[in-house]
Amino acid sequence: MHLVPFPLLALIPLFPLLGAAYCGLVGCGLFKKYGEGAIHWPAILLPWGSFVVTLIAVITLAGAGHGAVLHQRLWDWFRIGSLSVDAAFQIDRLSAVMCLVVTFVGSLIHVYSRGYMKGDASYWRFFSNLNLFMFSMLVLVLGDNLLVMFVGWEGVGLCSYLLIGFWYRERKNAAAGMKAFVVNRVGDYGFTLGVFLLFWGLAAAPASLLRGQGGEPVAAAAVHEVAVGHGEVATSPGEHGAPIGEAAGEHGAAVSHGTEGSEAGRTPVSSVTFRDIERIMEDPARRDAVLNQKVLGFGLITLVCLLFFVGATGKSAQLPLYVWLPDAMAGPTPVSALIHAATMVTAGVYMVARLHFLFAYSPVAMTVVATVGALTALFAATIGLFQYDIKKVLAYSTVSQLGFMFVAVGVGAYWVGIFHLVTHAFFKACLFLGSGSVILGCHHEQDMRKMGGLRKLMPITAVTYFVSACAIAGFPFFSGFFSKDEILWKAFDSGNMLLPGGGIILWVLAATAALCTSFYMFRSYYMTFSGTYRGAQGHGTHDAHDAHGGHGHGLPKESPRSMTWVLAILGGLAVVGGYIGLPILWGLPNAFETWLEPIFEGSHHLIHSAERGHGAEWGLMLFSVVIAFSGFFLARWLYKDAKSPIPGRLLASRNGLVQGFHRVVFNKYYVDEAYQASFVNGTVGLSGLLSWFDRTVIDGIVNLAGTAGRFCSGIQGWIDANIVDGAVNLVASLSMRAGRSLRKVQTGRIQNYVLGLTAGAVVLVVIGFLLKW
Amino acid sequence: MDYPTTSSLLSWMIFTPMIGVGMILLVLGLRPFLRLSQAFADNFSRTVGLLCSALVMAMALAMWSGFKGGSSAIQFAHHAVWIRQWAVEYFVGVDGISISMVILTGLVFLAGAIASVPWWGRLDDAHHPHFSKKRVPGYWILFLLLETGVLGTFSSLDFFLFYIFWEVMLLPMYFLIGIWGAPPRVEAGGRVRGGPYAAIKFFLYTLAGSVLMLLAMIAIYQHSGPSTLVDGTRTLHTFNILHLTKMFAAGSFSVAPAVFGLTFMHAVFIALFIGFSIKVPMFPFHTWLPDAHVDAPTPISVILAGILLKTGMYGMLRFNLQMLNGAMEWAAWTIGVLGVINIVYGAFVCMAQKDLKKLIAYSSVSHMGFCLLGLAALTPQGVTGCVFQMFSHGIISPMLFLIAGVIYDRAHTREIAGFGGLAERLPEYTGMVGLAFMASLGLPGLAGFIGEVLVFMGGFGATNHAFRGLVAVGALSVIITAGYYLWTMQRMFLGMLNDKWAGLWDMNWRERITLYPLAALTILFGVYPAPIFNLVNTTLHALLPVVGGAVIR
Repeated sequence: MHLVPFPLLALIPLFPLLGAAYCGLVGCGLFKKYGEGAIHWPAILLPWGSFVVTLIAVITLAGAGHGAVLHQRLWDWFRIGSLSVDAAFQIDRLSAVMCLVVTFVGSLIHVYSRGYMKGDASYWRFFSNLNLFMFSMLVLVLGDNLLVMFVGWEGVGLCSYLLIGFWYRERKNAAAGMKAFVVNRVGDYGFTLGVFLLFWGLAAAPASLLRGQGGEPVAAAAVHEVAVGHGEVATSPGEHGAPIGEAAGEHGAAVSHGTEGSEAGRTPVSSVTFRDIERIMEDPARRDAVLNQKVLGFGLITLVCLLFFVGATGKSAQLPLYVWLPDAMAGPTPVSALIHAATMVTAGVYMVARLHFLFAYSPVAMTVVATVGALTALFAATIGLFQYDIKKVLAYSTVSQLGFMFVAVGVGAYWVGIFHLVTHAFFKACLFLGSGSVILGCHHEQDMRKMGGLRKLMPITAVTYFVSACAIAGFPFFSGFFSKDEILWKAFDSGNMLLPGGGIILWVLAATAALCTSFYMFRSYYMTFSGTYRGAQGHGTHDAHDAHGGHGHGLPKESPRSMTWVLAILGGLAVVGGYIGLPILWGLPNAFETWLEPIFEGSHHLIHSAERGHGAEWGLMLFSVVIAFSGFFLARWLYKDAKSPIPGRLLASRNGLVQGFHRVVFNKYYVDEAYQASFVNGTVGLSGLLSWFDRTVIDGIVNLAGTAGRFCSGIQGWIDANIVDGAVNLVASLSMRAGRSLRKVQTGRIQNYVLGLTAGAVVLVVIGFLLKW
Repeated sequence: MDYPTTSSLLSWMIFTPMIGVGMILLVLGLRPFLRLSQAFADNFSRTVGLLCSALVMAMALAMWSGFKGGSSAIQFAHHAVWIRQWAVEYFVGVDGISISMVILTGLVFLAGAIASVPWWGRLDDAHHPHFSKKRVPGYWILFLLLETGVLGTFSSLDFFLFYIFWEVMLLPMYFLIGIWGAPPRVEAGGRVRGGPYAAIKFFLYTLAGSVLMLLAMIAIYQHSGPSTLVDGTRTLHTFNILHLTKMFAAGSFSVAPAVFGLTFMHAVFIALFIGFSIKVPMFPFHTWLPDAHVDAPTPISVILAGILLKTGMYGMLRFNLQMLNGAMEWAAWTIGVLGVINIVYGAFVCMAQKDLKKLIAYSSVSHMGFCLLGLAALTPQGVTGCVFQMFSHGIISPMLFLIAGVIYDRAHTREIAGFGGLAERLPEYTGMVGLAFMASLGLPGLAGFIGEVLVFMGGFGATNHAFRGLVAVGALSVIITAGYYLWTMQRMFLGMLNDKWAGLWDMNWRERITLYPLAALTILFGVYPAPIFNLVNTTLHALLPVVGGAVIR
């Protein structure tokens, strides 16, 4: 791994950011003055600019040799204690793939949006948010460390929120946006805790390894080297004849790092930067220090990976946090295609692949990832079987396909997961955009029961939708065939799973899901495109967000060329996109695996195969084909031209079992209702309770103190007024009274005085007499 | 001779508002003689107030540029003997603990001053007289007095002087809330609430804390050893905070008598901590805050949330962390637990609020909890996070209160459920609210995130691993916070527009010139927080306990 400075790198996210700022800050005024052109030209061209820079980067990367990483450091973000985070971008072969997908598919969808959003009053806001999404997604992909990645990670969540609730006048849409954001935050909770735990886990190595505080433990490097040397001599006595200091690992891959000697030795105390974490994990002494830690009874790395995976389940809509994605279909269809199919929702898969050097060390975490993926794949696929809303079908299909990707990265077949991510981006974007074209044609009708017969009315849409359906179903020689088949095989052949029978359970789940996929995709195709048009003609009643006004009523007609061209390109890629990763089984070159090989070679030695052999692989491949065709023929038999009476008869069935099953699945297993009753109501209830407690008890005590103070002062006031002051007044009034009585003595008559004098003398004489006696 | 005077800039800064007060009083006094009109006196006061706030801000910026970040020394010291018999000095100066708060004070007061003038934008006060047109000179006198009090509090290095300034903050606030706040009203249950109630609650509550602080101060003074004043005079005791810090570190107080079975240091620690925690405010001493915020006029809420809460946190840093450093580890766990209660409890209570301003007030309770948790972690990331959170909350909460003011000025209600669909009618305002909410809920890339993530990161790295549990609980607030902000957003701004509000108008220039700079700073410090780190890190990290063993933080 060597860093190559690449000063153009920041331009990739910067271009869409400029677009977002332009459309967001001045777009409203310009839109009113100059119309849509002032908005969409910059907003479309800037993402294409990112695509061009990405191409340059990819070419540079290809020429820079094995394991090169293009890097650009912008500024210090945090530098506190041992935590040192740069605002920096990097592009290696993995992020290059993601970046290509994001910029290419993203830019195409921008072009498509021009037609789809035509006439919307908030045209500028749409493009601003869409550009902002591109920016965030590119930051996510290009981030050089976990925290920069997290900026993008939350940023895409924000844009998703903004775009789902784009038509905010309908409360339902706004609520869906909020749901997406909050559910994603649950995942982010896991993600952030994972970052913290990882950071401090890495730092908790023996002091001898970390001598020399702060950023340059050069002394530690020497210690490493020796420790490494010892381990090497003890385990595999230098078969390459390499100098001790250079043979830094047990496997060939690490030797290439070892040759950079000092570079490998200078591992920081801890880091959130991907390549530093990878380097720490490649250093045997440091790695053991990390792997031996236990937290709450889990291995440290297991817990870290599980926490990260919680983040992934939120962002990538896996069990149990998938609930936001179907609701997210409230957004405009290009948004569903870009964010909720092709790019953002795959971020979790990307993250697991990015952190392969952690996940590979934890069989528990790998098993959990793969199992959750397989369960989600099947679970969502079954829900997809009975949906009538064309976008809901595609949404559940996305959840299901993401499950496939997690199976792949879970069993350690990281490149396969990314491969499926790429092909999925093509065919699912095409399907979503096709559905958008249909929805636009049918005057914002999304219920497939009110469609039908669109093949003749919208031929391009129909063809592209059909080939994409073939791709996702896994028809031979379509792109999805290669990627999905590889996933099924890798799952079947995995030697890392802690499940009974290795990966066979995963394979069963995933293969069943594949059957469902094929069925519901062709069901949606035949319901939408075959037979005759069942929609209402003559009036387009759906006026809630019919700011599009322009397109009239009557029969659906093909969408404008800016949309159909995009469909054609993506449809083409849905067919041929898989040829970058042809099966090695066929003896053909697999360009994709070769391209990604340097990324994943560090964890390669940890991923085991069950060695089930080529015969099994051929067998499985054939079986996959059978599955794909069974689904197709079943759907064709039941739904072509809406002729078969069986679906209707089943729906009308009075058999309790059939009805109950349908009701449970049709209502998505009542998961939303359960969440609402438990988490949402629980939180709101608790908040009400605490608020009451705050106002009544805590503040009550304060007010009580105040009241008590007033009461005491009242008593004291009374005492003061009646007793203390009373005593004073008593003395005064007594003296007054005494004075008043005495006044009577002062008569002014001499006789009275003489009388008093005489009486006094008598009294004194008597007293004197008595005392003497 | 310790800490000689190096600059008088800080003193000028502290007392510039007092010059303004003098000018306003002069004009008031001359009014009958010169036959000046009421309007002239009002506008003169406003102008003086704005100018003084702007001057203070300019001086704060000058100080920022002159501050040497890599040092933990006292800078811009101004040191003179004040009351020789009691060894009281006039000693002001800034170091890494206070500099960021001094700068923030300048900023928040400037924003508050701009929000206190009825210029540059329409005010709908036909039916509801606006506070900014009521007893104007008095308002500005108190406003400027408050600014002096706050600046003095942050820069005093003499305990006695600190106490004086601390009390000086109290009085203007009482009148500002009581007179210019909401008029008294009878709530359900016959309770009388409103400005006067809130003001007296605030005043008495804070005073109760001050009494504890006063007792602790006198006790410390009485047991402090001999020292010297700045002019070389020898004294028996001292109020000099830096000298006291050294004495505590040297163990001079270990002979002081125990109080209620606690060592002297622990006893004064608790007394000071409670005194400061009322200001923070920390659960369970926080209930004055919602009342004070809701019934204060907008700029006073801005100042209250933006800067006054920080004086409590600052006191903890200056006294509990720096001066009583030896007791900090002893108290860390309790402070951490209280911090997490603040965070989570505050967030839950927020969700149940029906009044926008009350919601924002409780969100301050929640967000100040992060500061407590960061402080308690005693890791570099934790304390830096604590100070950064103080700073970022000092930018974001003023935005939030200004936002609440914008809608109250127009609709004369803040009842969240009464709105709906405002985005259609007030798009610019909606965007600003969105930004402020996102900043407050800790969206990465905005300032709120930096403090939060550092506090959590620091908490996770604490020597006591039980802090990891605290962080795990505290971090739940990121979900709840998102919940209540977005729910508010949805109820107020999304959905169909309630016809009742069809007559509202979007932001005016007064609101723009207060909100846009704060918004820009929120973004700037979110992507580039290093300037703040450079100011505070060296001083703060020197105060942390040195940890032996393997963990290097």
